[in-house]
Amino acid sequence: MPRTLSEVVFVDGVRTPFGKAGEKGMYAQTRADDLVIKCIRELLRRQPDLDPAKVEEVALAATTQIGDQGLTMGRVAGLLAGLPKSTPGYSIDRMCAGAMTAVTNTASSIAFGAYDVAIAGGVEHMGRHPMGEGVDPNPRIIAEKLVDPSALVMGETAENLHDRFPKITKQRCDAFAVGSQNKLAKAYADGKIQPDLVPVATRHDELGWGLATTDEPPRPGTTVEDLAQLKTPFRPHGNITAGNAAGLNDGATACLLASERAATELDLPIGMRLVNYAFVGVEPEVMGIGPVPATEKALDHAGLDISDIGLFELNEAFAVQVLAFLDHFGIADDDPRVNEYGGAIAIGHPLASSGVRLMTQLSRQFAEHPEVRYGLTAMCIGIGMGGSVIWENPHHKDYVSSIDGTGNRTDTEGAA
Amino acid sequence: MTDTAQQAATRDEVVTHARVHDVELPGGAGTFALITLDNGFDHTKPNSFGPAGLAELSDALDTLAERATKGEIVGAGITGKPFIFTVGADITGIPSITDREQALEIARTGHDTFSKISALPVPTFGFVNGASMGGGVEVALYADYRTISSDVPAYALPECFLGLVPGWGGTYLVPHLIGTEKAAQLIIKNPLSQNRMIKGKNAFELGLADRLLQPVTFLEDSLAFAARVITGEEKVERAEVDTSEEGWNGPLDKAQAEADAKTGKAAPAPYRAIELMRAGRTATREEAFEAENQALADLIMSDELRAGLYAFNLVQKRAKRPAGAPDKSLARKVTKVGIVGAGLMASQMALLFARKLKVPVLLTDLDQERVDKGVAYTHAEIDKLQAKGRLNSDGANRLKALVSGSTSKDGFSDADFVIEAVFEEMSVKKKVFAEVEAVVSRECVLATNTSSLDITDMASELQHPERVVGFHFFNPVAIMPLLEIIRGDRTDDATLATAFATSRGLGKTSILVKNSPSFVVNRLLGRFMGDAGRIVDEGTPIEVVEQAFAGLTPMPPFMLISLVGPAIALHNSETLTKAFPDRFYVSPNLAKVVEAKIPSFYGSDGAIDTKVLDLFDAPASPVVLTADEVRERALGSLADEVRRMLDEGVVQAPEDIDLAMITGAGFPFWNGGVTPLLDRTGISKKVTGKRFLEPGVASVADSR
Repeated sequence: MPRTLSEVVFVDGVRTPFGKAGEKGMYAQTRADDLVIKCIRELLRRQPDLDPAKVEEVALAATTQIGDQGLTMGRVAGLLAGLPKSTPGYSIDRMCAGAMTAVTNTASSIAFGAYDVAIAGGVEHMGRHPMGEGVDPNPRIIAEKLVDPSALVMGETAENLHDRFPKITKQRCDAFAVGSQNKLAKAYADGKIQPDLVPVATRHDELGWGLATTDEPPRPGTTVEDLAQLKTPFRPHGNITAGNAAGLNDGATACLLASERAATELDLPIGMRLVNYAFVGVEPEVMGIGPVPATEKALDHAGLDISDIGLFELNEAFAVQVLAFLDHFGIADDDPRVNEYGGAIAIGHPLASSGVRLMTQLSRQFAEHPEVRYGLTAMCIGIGMGGSVIWENPHHKDYVSSIDGTGNRTDTEGAA
Repeated sequence: MTDTAQQAATRDEVVTHARVHDVELPGGAGTFALITLDNGFDHTKPNSFGPAGLAELSDALDTLAERATKGEIVGAGITGKPFIFTVGADITGIPSITDREQALEIARTGHDTFSKISALPVPTFGFVNGASMGGGVEVALYADYRTISSDVPAYALPECFLGLVPGWGGTYLVPHLIGTEKAAQLIIKNPLSQNRMIKGKNAFELGLADRLLQPVTFLEDSLAFAARVITGEEKVERAEVDTSEEGWNGPLDKAQAEADAKTGKAAPAPYRAIELMRAGRTATREEAFEAENQALADLIMSDELRAGLYAFNLVQKRAKRPAGAPDKSLARKVTKVGIVGAGLMASQMALLFARKLKVPVLLTDLDQERVDKGVAYTHAEIDKLQAKGRLNSDGANRLKALVSGSTSKDGFSDADFVIEAVFEEMSVKKKVFAEVEAVVSRECVLATNTSSLDITDMASELQHPERVVGFHFFNPVAIMPLLEIIRGDRTDDATLATAFATSRGLGKTSILVKNSPSFVVNRLLGRFMGDAGRIVDEGTPIEVVEQAFAGLTPMPPFMLISLVGPAIALHNSETLTKAFPDRFYVSPNLAKVVEAKIPSFYGSDGAIDTKVLDLFDAPASPVVLTADEVRERALGSLADEVRRMLDEGVVQAPEDIDLAMITGAGFPFWNGGVTPLLDRTGISKKVTGKRFLEPGVASVADSR
């Protein structure tokens, strides 16, 4: 039987404001699953004409899948968000690229024709679930020297990256970090960030209920001089500081994906169209380099060159890791195409949730930059991986919908 | 430490704190002060307003008033902790109040504190996120706007149920918000209907909230609503309330008639609430609140309220820990139930056991036709539950599969609990138990639903008499909460513990009763119904006797006889008269009614049936008593009988008699069942020489 493949579009994405992990963070007593549930509700609220029964899958990521991030969260959060019982769900873990993987997995299922509409997202409440909570690494990893012991400590892998690329100095990293803070402050001032945020009622037994409406981690006005003072916790006289790396954060994201046909039929907005993606493994002790081979592979699959990419949303787990990517592709540290709204160094990086934040922001930037045809979202992933997803801008003049006015495909490429 | 805080500390108030948190409203609407009421415990210990908590709320509102004046906040709202808004005033301190001024102070503090919400110079909001009762309902009414969550499981003004009025503004604010008809439903009708609670959706439909919101984003959506109201983007429309004399008072007249029907004018609280609502039509807010203060003070100092609180504690606390019951850990697991007999009562039991214990239930009877009828009855009832939506089809299938019938008792071999509901005749019961014992395991409990027979005698010929226990249901089995659990002389602790555990599993309130004639409820009912019969036989008209019991029993004696059936009433009086010929009485006239097979003393028109009166023998020298004389005599008999029961050790304490009469016979809260009434009226002292309860237990301590 001939199979019709579908183009996949990113309809809309939202996120909670990101919080600082820990006792004093605004989400200290707010459940992790509640964060992602609010995101799903908001996606549905923004598409009032979409019958929730049309959502055929919920894929949610969390790195630490225990407690309020456990219990097959994709299924349970869907039920708690008010999706019908007929909507299934599952949980995903690919560390920092959890939500990114939730998107590529569900997108692949949509492309394959298994279903038409899905929700993908992620959550990480690093206050309630510190990185490494409950892990039990196989002793063979050390005994057989499968990976360097530093590979499990992300900050150490970032220091390792400095060893590999001596040209990337701490000064460059700090300058990049200040740029991230400044770009985010400008984006907030211009009202670019707020539309993506879902207000979240925050529970606290001593403070009472509150309402999270804005990101907690940003430190606007930070200077390179400020950053120079910070400690380097991973190595004496090292390079990595709390200022040039993403912090420990709480937050959640979710997005709505659809086949281009369903989006057209259901009159859903199209923010981006998926072009291709790749995940690649690298040496775990320099996991930050992961986005480089992942992007090369994705570009190769897509038949594109790095010069075709007009906008980059790169996760800033560490400044050094972003700079390694930029150096590899010959892009300037302050290239305006890169992280226009700032990045994780300023906004925060609740591990498994971040991938969708990158995508949501890229889709907003696509709308503002109709001259850009393609954009890229990429991130490094713990234990030595990189993920890279290429997107096409539907606002570009050369964009051709795969669906004509009668709902049929305009080409035959997809037939297999 | 303030005075109130000191008071709180001395009596261990669980303080419901008022936490204030500034939130930035969406859409740049400004800074909003959100008050969270939270006592620091989870939902199993709900928020309530005690003196220290009110003081904290008052201080918080003072601060907000200052901040609002300075323009620092654009609005203020109040909400609860997860699942709980607030369930009303902390009533734990009331029994210790002996001074009316103290009572008045409580009333005034509520008004004064809550009025600070209305007085804020910015828009105010109540976000009713969870269970909300009494003062919890009232506090939100002082706000300009309200949202309510669709998952609010309980919303009520239960004051009249206990013997109070919603006097922290409720009797004034509720009717002015939603009209007197709906207000009377909330304030009068629901409390007098077994304290019925409504849900969030119903409260919204009554107009008590402006928006009904989904729980998943309740607070977020409430704050978004507040933001839109504050910016003027959203307007709130409410139905106009009819304050014309007719429109206002008409529903209150109806409510008054309903209160008469429910309480026989014996409970002061609902009448006081109606009076306050009537006056509220033209009163200013200040006048209305002061009238509420006085009403609350009067009622707090009333024995009816103290009896109500006593009764409330019995059903809430004593009912959960039956006095004299053996340790729970001795109970054996019940995984299958046998019922001997397949008559109506047996079938009702089968349904209850299957629904509540979810274990197989086997009904047996002598012939297949009766067995089939019993099983068919149970299955038909399951169908009805399904039709009402109380069961889905899987649940109905499960229950039907649990209930089966047989003419053989062989199926009892793996049962853990077999109860007999056969004819009330000792020889029949003994035969049945012997047959059951031949089949069941050594430890299987043999329970009897007898209402009057001797448990020890019934067990005497068994190999294992220690396994026999009385398990006395009240009709209708599914509805009446009481189970009398009777210990025979040889009943062992494991059997008794299993009986109590089974009762708990069935959702029943149980009391431990000594093996004695007719146990507790039927003995007391028998005593005063015997009196009623004797008084009528001696010449007082039935109507006068009926009237004499208004406010004492849920229904007058001859109506009760008609409900349970004259034959059963006669049987009970015969059993008791056999045991206590000097005090109990078998009415020859009642025997005639039974013989004539007349099912009720009342005709279809609701009046006494003339056919019944025609049967009666006219007394040679009629003695006609007034209603007051009848009442005095009946109460005197009750006092005498209760005293004897306590002296005989039938139950552990007067509290058990009251708990039994409230849950097994529907005796009212405002009398605390029966002993507080007998003490209050002085009858216990007059008849028995002493009170049943110490002053203060179910009465105002120094009032008499």
